[in-house]
Parts: sequence; structure tokens; C-alpha cells
Amino acid sequence: MINLRIDAQTTDAVTTPSENGQTDAILMTRNLNFWYGSAYVLENVNCDVRPREVTAIIGPSGCGKSTFLRCFNRMNELIPAARLEGSVVFRNRDIYDRTVDPVEVRRQVGMVFQKPNPFPKSIYDNVAYGPRVNGYKGDMDEVVETSLKRAALWDEVKDDLKKSGLALSGGQQQRLCIARALAVQPDVLLMDEPCSALDPIATTRIEDLIRELREQLTIIIVTHNMQQAARISDRTAFFTVAESGAGVLVEFNDTQKLFTTPTDPRTEAYITGRFG
Amino acid sequence: MSAQATGAIPSADVWRASQARRRWSGWLFYGLAVVSTLMGLVMLGALLFDIFTDGAREVDWHFLSNYPSRIADNAGLRSALLGSLWMLAFTAIIAFPLGVGAAIYLEEYAPDNWLTRFIQLNIANLAGVPSIVYGLLGLGLFVRWLALGRVVLAGSMTMALLILPLIIVASRESIRAVPDSLREGSYALGATRWQMVRQTVLPSAAGGILTGTILALARAIGETAPLITIGALTYVAFDPNGPLDIFTVLPIQIFNWVSLPQKEFHSLAAGGIVVLLVVLLTANSLAVYLRYRMQRRLQ
Repeated sequence: MINLRIDAQTTDAVTTPSENGQTDAILMTRNLNFWYGSAYVLENVNCDVRPREVTAIIGPSGCGKSTFLRCFNRMNELIPAARLEGSVVFRNRDIYDRTVDPVEVRRQVGMVFQKPNPFPKSIYDNVAYGPRVNGYKGDMDEVVETSLKRAALWDEVKDDLKKSGLALSGGQQQRLCIARALAVQPDVLLMDEPCSALDPIATTRIEDLIRELREQLTIIIVTHNMQQAARISDRTAFFTVAESGAGVLVEFNDTQKLFTTPTDPRTEAYITGRFG
Repeated sequence: MSAQATGAIPSADVWRASQARRRWSGWLFYGLAVVSTLMGLVMLGALLFDIFTDGAREVDWHFLSNYPSRIADNAGLRSALLGSLWMLAFTAIIAFPLGVGAAIYLEEYAPDNWLTRFIQLNIANLAGVPSIVYGLLGLGLFVRWLALGRVVLAGSMTMALLILPLIIVASRESIRAVPDSLREGSYALGATRWQMVRQTVLPSAAGGILTGTILALARAIGETAPLITIGALTYVAFDPNGPLDIFTVLPIQIFNWVSLPQKEFHSLAAGGIVVLLVVLLTANSLAVYLRYRMQRRLQ
């Protein structure tokens, strides 16, 4: 399904420090190109994500933000006719290398989806799902409690862990999905517009949670909401649709700089609300 | 709006006339739909009434525990009932794992190419093949070629072939109804494909799979033609005690009684139909109950 071609040049680029001298990136993409069938979705994206930061991805609809996010845990290859070129390097290893098992990648790079998708199981079993499939043999009660606490859901559900995850409110369901993702101890958490289906109060709680989680892991969040990106992220990547029809990374900078002094006119047009 | 309408706006009378006609046609359709529903119910009611008035008094312990006899007063359907139950058990054992396995393969593993689509189309077609054709296949394949003889197992294998397409189609639909968001959620936690299927897809699809299977088995209980074709006997005066015993089934016993000239045997046939219907309705209620239980557990 995935046609992978890494030429010598891109492999070199992996070991070369990026332009701002940062070599401590936890995730890097090099000359990342992506197609769905004949549709060109991402064009030459080079992006370094630093550990223990919140990286926001913003851009107009159809610019490939979600596709880009899903390259980091190899979720795109579940879609037939998806094709990727270039490399995605996680902790100095190309996750698209033939020897890498996507199952192992996804344990370390967790994901929270746009629409809360708890399993039709109890709250306890939802959180325990990940540890179980990964063969965790320790104290499951402790993992469930710790994960629910980290996702700021424990106090609301601790007396009712046998209740179905679907019986929770939308915001609680999304925090359950975050708890579920945290239970397998990922290094990176990908979030694909996690608040778009939630009301403002539930959104605020998730944003608070993201700020807390930032102390412990790396978060990459796709959002339609620029204020949200400004509120919660350390760095922001702005994508737009290039003339080729594919999404390109226009500008990637400290969030404060990107929103106050954008260097690219397209970024400025977008953040001042002139398009998208 | 359109260029023609700019000149003259239709008068209020025109609107009112059309509204009356539309309301009337709405009522007409409502009436037709109610009549169609009642038609089915009335037919079913008449059938049940007729069968039960004729047959209900035949059904007693004596009727259930005695072998068929040429003396109507002594006759029972013990061997046919046992034969039906044995056949049903082995049909379920054979058809359920094969059907669900095929459905899982087609929905979760098979690549989307022409071969898969060809297989899917043909399974759908197989569901429409007349049952007597399966009987001929069973006769050639299981009774003769495998030399099983006219035994329960040969009947079960033939019935399994007959209901496999039904189980596969029902299971596939049930599996397809599981939202992809759950599959993605499972994969995102590091599940392998089999773990995803086993722990996410199958629990969610189980209600529909069970319902489809039980309805397919209910069909197998009522089938007669393929079993006559493979040579299930019409007169069995002993208990079938295993898969390799020769046997008869309820519909064949009923057919046998109906074809006799004496009136008393016709009452026996009605009694047999009552027993068959009770077995069928029990199976269907079980399906409804299981689906209800599954859905409640998931919500």
C-alpha cells in the first residue's frame, strides 16, 4: 500500500541539523510527499517537532493538515491507494522503514480523533484496551486510575467505572479517549481537531488538559481555531494549498512570532482572516 | 426564480387546489400501506388459527414421544423431532464458524479488487439458488462421493451449504455497520489487525451475526426438498443417536402424513406443523432476545 522511496539525499538530511540549529527534534519529516490515488495531498513537507512542546497545525480546509498528522503514526496506510514518499523520523529512526512495525509506532505515537470514539465498552475497559492489546501484565487498576487522573476525568467517573463509555457526555468521552491514549504511555500524542465536536466549556477543559500534558509528552494538534492554536501551542505550523493542489508547509515558527510577525504574506492573510 | 415565473404569480386558488390533491394522495398512500400490512397479518393469523384448531389437540407427550405408525392413534413424531434437532445442531456447528470466518475475511482482510468483488457477487447469488440444487450437490458430494450415506451429517453438511450464503451476507452487513472510527481508535492504540477484529469489530457485530445465524438456522429447520433429495427417510422408527445415523426431519414427516389418504393423518400433520412452528418461533425469539441483550450491553 505504501510506496516508500528514500533516496540518499533525504537520508543525509536526517542527520543534518535543521536550519535553526535544533537537533533535538523528536519527530522530523523530510521531503514528505503524499498522494491518495492520483490526488496530490502533501508537497515536500519538512518539519521538526520538538519534544515536550505543543505544536499546532493550522490552515484552511483541504490543505492536508489531518493527512500530515496521520503520517506520524502511519494511520494513512489503512486507506487503500495511499502513497507516501520521503521520511518521517521518530527518535532518529525512519518509521516508514521496512523493518519498522506500524503497531509499535502507534503504541509510542498515540492519537485522539476529531469525533470522540470511545469503544462500546465500560469506562474501565476503554482505558485498559491499549495496555491489554500491548500485552501489559502489571496492575491494570493502577494504569486505569492514573490514566483517568492524567486526563482529568477520574473524579467524575471513579464511582462508575463499569458504566459504558458511550453514556458519558461529549466532552467526557473525548477526555476518556485521551485517557485511553495515555494508558499505553506514548511519547507523542496526535490530536486531530479534538474540540471541534465539543461545546466551549468542554473545549476549555481539554485545552487546560493539553497545557498540563505538555509537561510530560509531545503534543501535535490540528485545529481550525486560530485562537485555540494561539492559546495552547508553543509553535505553530501554517499549511495552505499550493498551486499544485497539494498542501504545503508555508511557515513554522514560535506561535507568538507566527501570529504577531508572520514572514509570509499568505500566513498574514490567513491569520488576519482574509481567506480560509 | 425562473424566467417564466417573473410575469405572473399564480393565484391563491391554484395553490389551494393542488394542496387538496396532495393531501388526498397522502391519505390514499397511507391507506394502501395499512392494507398491505393488514394483508400479511390476516394471512398469518388465518394460517395459525387453521393449524392450531386442527393440530393443537394432537400435540401432547404421547405425540412427541412415539414413533410414527400406520395406526394414526399410535403415531408420533419422536424420530422426526430428534432428527431435526440433530441435523440443526450439526448444521450450526459447521455453518457458523465457516460463515462468520468468510464474512470476517471479506470485510476486514480481503483487498478491494475484482476477485473480492466477484466472490461477493457470487455469494449473494448463491443465496438465491433453489434449495433442491443444494440437495443434488449434497447427494453427489456427501452421500455418494464422501460415501457418508443418508445420515444426519450428510444432511447437516448440505444444509450448511444452503445457509452459508445467508450467514455470510448477514454477518458481513453486521460487520460493515461497525463504524470505522472504532477500527481507527483500536489501531491507534497499537492493536494488530486481529486484535482489532477480535476485540472491537466482533463484539460490536455479535448481535447482528447471531441474529442472522439463528434466522438462517430457522430456514434450515423448515427446508424439505434438499433432504428428500439426499434421501432422508420418510419412515424412521428408532432414535437417531449421532451424526452417522440415518434420520428423518419434521417437514418430511409432515409431508408423509399429508400424502396419506386417511383424515386422522391430516390432523397429525397439523400437529406436526404446530411443533415445527413452535421450534421456529422459539429460535426466532431467541434471536430477538440475543440481539436485545447485546445492544443493551453495548449502550
